[in-house]
Amino acid sequence: MKQPYRAVVIGASAGGLAALKALFSGLRAGFPLPILVVQHTSADAGSFMTGYLDSLSRIRVKEADEKERILPGTAYVAPPNYHLLVEPEETLSLSADERVNYSRPSIDVLFESAVDVFGPALIGIVLTGANDDGSVGLKRIKDAGGLTVVQDPSTAEVPTMPLAAIAAVGTADHVLAVEKISDLLNGM
Amino acid sequence: MNNEAIEIKCLLEALFEKSGHDFRDYSTAHITRRLRHVQTLSGAVSITHMLHRLLYDPAFLDLLLHQLSINVTEMFRDPGFYRAVRHKVVPLLATWPHIKVWHAGCASGEEAYSMAIVLREAGLYPRCQIYATDFSPAVLNEARQGIYPVERIKAYTENYLKAGGTESFSDYYTSKYDYAMMDNGIKANIVFAEHNLAIDTVFSEVNLVVCRNVMIYFSRGLQTRVLKLFHESLCPGGILCLGSKETVAAECRPLFEPLDEEQRIYRRIYR
Repeated sequence: MKQPYRAVVIGASAGGLAALKALFSGLRAGFPLPILVVQHTSADAGSFMTGYLDSLSRIRVKEADEKERILPGTAYVAPPNYHLLVEPEETLSLSADERVNYSRPSIDVLFESAVDVFGPALIGIVLTGANDDGSVGLKRIKDAGGLTVVQDPSTAEVPTMPLAAIAAVGTADHVLAVEKISDLLNGM
Repeated sequence: MNNEAIEIKCLLEALFEKSGHDFRDYSTAHITRRLRHVQTLSGAVSITHMLHRLLYDPAFLDLLLHQLSINVTEMFRDPGFYRAVRHKVVPLLATWPHIKVWHAGCASGEEAYSMAIVLREAGLYPRCQIYATDFSPAVLNEARQGIYPVERIKAYTENYLKAGGTESFSDYYTSKYDYAMMDNGIKANIVFAEHNLAIDTVFSEVNLVVCRNVMIYFSRGLQTRVLKLFHESLCPGGILCLGSKETVAAECRPLFEPLDEEQRIYRRIYR
């Protein structure tokens, strides 16, 4: 079967580091799709998390650079205090524009710009968190015919964000523990 | 191209013809987001409806331009940058008898005032002239007034201290009711003026260009144009400060050498 998906976007907030660690350490070598990640952090958080995820992952994980071309099998993490967006020519943009859902980077900003470019070929994943960022973006992915995946709230460190995402989309395509989300992606 | 993308392209053409402000070479994702925001704010049913209004409703045109300008800023934003200015840029500026600074894309002025404070504490301010420019007359008015909500002062004071401030930050403003107004001594050597990086040209030779988190909204082509404009404006050895995640486009790299790679501070090469 022809691979229907071209990119993965992931949003995480409170408890996200442990969830992303589990997700990334479970991904197989040679995973073919680009992955774009927003993790809520403080503005002066530095790039510790990106280096950490890179060290435990079998794919390359790096901080997103402005105007960078999106490559297969690479994960790009939004830098602290910048929104991450996708351009039509499949490059990355950063923005210091106002906070969305009290957040910069915002999950909705990434998801909405990614769905503009990848449409139904996008996989959206909402993980643990204490707010509702990402639910509007995940709904957009659902409406565009993309695949919607939410961390099973009963397995999330903070269930608020997964619950909000599930409520926003009506029925998510998959509601899974993080380890199972890795398995799902590995099957792509 | 989907319908919305076509409508946005038409709107940007119309905006350019109508106002002279050129957003056609901005980042598509950024412009799309801003325009959707204006659509929600204004209750317009479509981008095409907004196109009609920008042509026939001057108040809507003002709203649109204001919403497309970059309004997010703070004093001593990225304190590490200002520490680098104190340690690496100030000693170079001190070698020039008169120091001209161009703060391009100054928005409501907070970062221009921050630079003025750094220069004053370095003892250079009396021989400095700061040109702070933006395309938006509305934000320039705010910048000229230098009046900011007092609830922001706490964060600005923390930034100032982290940025290596050597005096008391409260010396630089006076509070009245819910506002803090920048001190006249700090305002003295700053001229706020209209300049549009997308269409205007060189206006003076300067020793320092500060343009932070402005070019990230531009396409690579427009970034290259603006970097060449900065190169032309800087005296040999002059200094260019970009935002902490901004990069010099490949074809402009031979024009500048890094002074502090991490803080994105460059020098115009002598040539």
